[in-house]
Amino acid sequence: MTSRLIGLLAAILFVAGCLHQRASVTFIADGNPEKLSDWGLFTVANGRIAPHAGMVTYELNSPLFSDYAQKWRTVWMPKGVAATYDPAKSFDFPVGTIVTKTFYYTTPADAASPQTSKAVVKMTPASYQNGVAGLDLKHVRLIETRLLVRRAEGWVAFPYVWNTEGTDATLERTGADVPLTFVDGAARTDFTYSVPNQNQCAGCHVQDFRDRKVMPIGLKARHLNRAFPGEGGEINQLQRLVAMGYLKGAPGSGVPQNANWEDAKVDPAARARAYLDINCSHCHNATGAARTSGLWLDAATMDPRLLGTCKPPVAAGRGTGNRPFDIVPGHPETSIIAYRMASTDPGEMMPELGRSLTHKEGVALITQYILTLEGACEREDGPQ
Amino acid sequence: MTRTGLLAASAVLALLGGCGGAKTDANGFTIDPDFEKNLQQKLLDAKPGDVVTIPAGKYKLTRSLSLTADGVTVKGAGMDKTILSFARQTSGAEGMLVTGDDFTLQDLALEDTKGDALKVNGVKNTVIRRVRAEWTGGGKTSNGAYGLYPVQVTNVLIEGSVVKGASDAGIYVGQSTNIIVRNNRAEGNVAGIEIENSTGADVYGNTATGNTGGILVFNMPNLPVPGSKTRVFKNKVTANNHANFGAAGSAVSSVPPGSGVIVNSNDEVEIFDNDIADNQTANVIISSYYSTGFDTKKGVAAAYDPFPQNIYVTGNRFTGGGTDPGTKYAPLKALAGGALPAVLWDGFVDPKVPNAGICVQNGDAKLLNADGPHKFAGAKIDTSVGCAPPTRLPEIKLPDGMTKEK
Repeated sequence: MTSRLIGLLAAILFVAGCLHQRASVTFIADGNPEKLSDWGLFTVANGRIAPHAGMVTYELNSPLFSDYAQKWRTVWMPKGVAATYDPAKSFDFPVGTIVTKTFYYTTPADAASPQTSKAVVKMTPASYQNGVAGLDLKHVRLIETRLLVRRAEGWVAFPYVWNTEGTDATLERTGADVPLTFVDGAARTDFTYSVPNQNQCAGCHVQDFRDRKVMPIGLKARHLNRAFPGEGGEINQLQRLVAMGYLKGAPGSGVPQNANWEDAKVDPAARARAYLDINCSHCHNATGAARTSGLWLDAATMDPRLLGTCKPPVAAGRGTGNRPFDIVPGHPETSIIAYRMASTDPGEMMPELGRSLTHKEGVALITQYILTLEGACEREDGPQ
Repeated sequence: MTRTGLLAASAVLALLGGCGGAKTDANGFTIDPDFEKNLQQKLLDAKPGDVVTIPAGKYKLTRSLSLTADGVTVKGAGMDKTILSFARQTSGAEGMLVTGDDFTLQDLALEDTKGDALKVNGVKNTVIRRVRAEWTGGGKTSNGAYGLYPVQVTNVLIEGSVVKGASDAGIYVGQSTNIIVRNNRAEGNVAGIEIENSTGADVYGNTATGNTGGILVFNMPNLPVPGSKTRVFKNKVTANNHANFGAAGSAVSSVPPGSGVIVNSNDEVEIFDNDIADNQTANVIISSYYSTGFDTKKGVAAAYDPFPQNIYVTGNRFTGGGTDPGTKYAPLKALAGGALPAVLWDGFVDPKVPNAGICVQNGDAKLLNADGPHKFAGAKIDTSVGCAPPTRLPEIKLPDGMTKEK
């Protein structure tokens, strides 16, 4: 077992304002802890939020879009237990595992108090922080930290919303709406950032309607299989988890890998499939909530019809946008998928939850992908 | 059995700018973030056997409500007394989304949802009783798609409910098994009541009027389960002549205005003892997927059966109808004395199953075979369809607990 010390800040019991903070990560086996600080995950002090020992920051090859929010993801496990590798599904994590995802935005440079800044700006490479040693909060507004906690009865989801001081976050089981203004160059767009309620967490994280079990989405081999900085340097994340004793059963080769959707060097189809996989397939798979649509967008699906080619919609209603098929090869302008991704109407848009803004770059990628598809949707007139 | 009412508030989030407190809008709706939060909290905390009561009042909500627990009843004070309006909805694809078994919703209204009013997905034993799902501005393409929408549910009871203004179907039972839809009123929707890819449905005692199509029994391609065995009886299906305001591309966008009862690509359907009147295209339409215009060579699973088979029309009271069938079928009026007869069949037959089992034993009611395969060239009144199925479909029975009032 390798050491799990990340060697971070010394634990601080009291900071300005006499805020008590636990010095180390604490698995809480039952109940609904009211404060994020009850879990002892982070130290917030001196304009920084830092993870505690044993928390491993990770990133995905292609992440889910959530209104351009930046995300800092960590996984922590108690000593002496490990997750078991799976080539396709979420790894099987031991009781006691705590997964965090903190959603935050960069705030304008002139924002006097970033944590109450209504304006949030589009991330640039300059504003990107990888989170390995925490975040500098000088130009950051923390919105929410979602926890997935593996308890004896299964995974439980907890949405915590940060306070206006940025010192702690409070459990909001019914979710919350945060009014923000998205600043993209000269364009300013008012939108409501929607923190999901606990059932809505399950709405995405239950990926098999038969067992209705909440499961992690990103912690799968194909999403994690990439290099990322952290303990041991900038190495493959799966290797890091194995080296730290967090993962067992990972093969030496043949690990699946999704494309990075932003990597212009990669074939648009592979990037699009990676994008559709992480953004859509937790519902759009053979056993997910959208199995009823007949449109399956998970990485393993290869049948063009199941992926939408020339497929008439089943229950899209006005989500069709007056278009005939999910995908018309070569014609994004008549493909329903592109329409629903661009829409911001709750009655039409896809995904149904987790965004109020259009992901312009995502729509552009799917548009490019549809343009590369060949063939036509020839009408079938039936037997004569 | 515990009964939990909605009690007053918890502290309002500072994030909401401290904008607590209830307000009343110009239409008399209460806007109260605490009411909404408390209602969702009750749904999160609900345990099997709980009844969540929502008091009389008109409330505007901003987010979808969701329930995942089994065995929960949500109950208002009446479909005209407890009104939840989603006109201000900013998030969520439906008014209420339920993924718990043994769910009952009764005695309230869901109005003006952006998407579906109520969706129940992948469970067993769903009861929807005296619920009103309505878009209050009349029929518009911008209305939500479905009013009451159980999908992949085993055992469904929808009764005494009212659905108005859905831009797709008012009552839409999809991919489900063992279903009773009775004594409801569907008015001013594109499709009033639709049974789709479902097996074993009894649809009776309903009134469908002022829709584009009254009662639809459909089979769509690319789904795991084909549907069959629906009985449509003792309904009033009158003057469903509303312009079709469904979005193009949606399955119902192909429904001709003035359709009474439509069977599309479905098998073993009995239509009997109904009063079907004044539907200006045809009182009954039997058609294949080829007549919808959606069929493509690549887009439909090989296993899909697009042909309607074993459809029995008997003992209905037909009056009027067929007088104004729209340009596609208008030329066929001359074949039948100036109006389409009671039953219009597109005439597509599976080459592998030459006897489609289309049977009309309904007094003077005639069937027009439109000869769709030859673009209507051989359309004719077909008098050879006086057949009857060897056995009749059995009555649908639901578990006792579902039909008893809680």
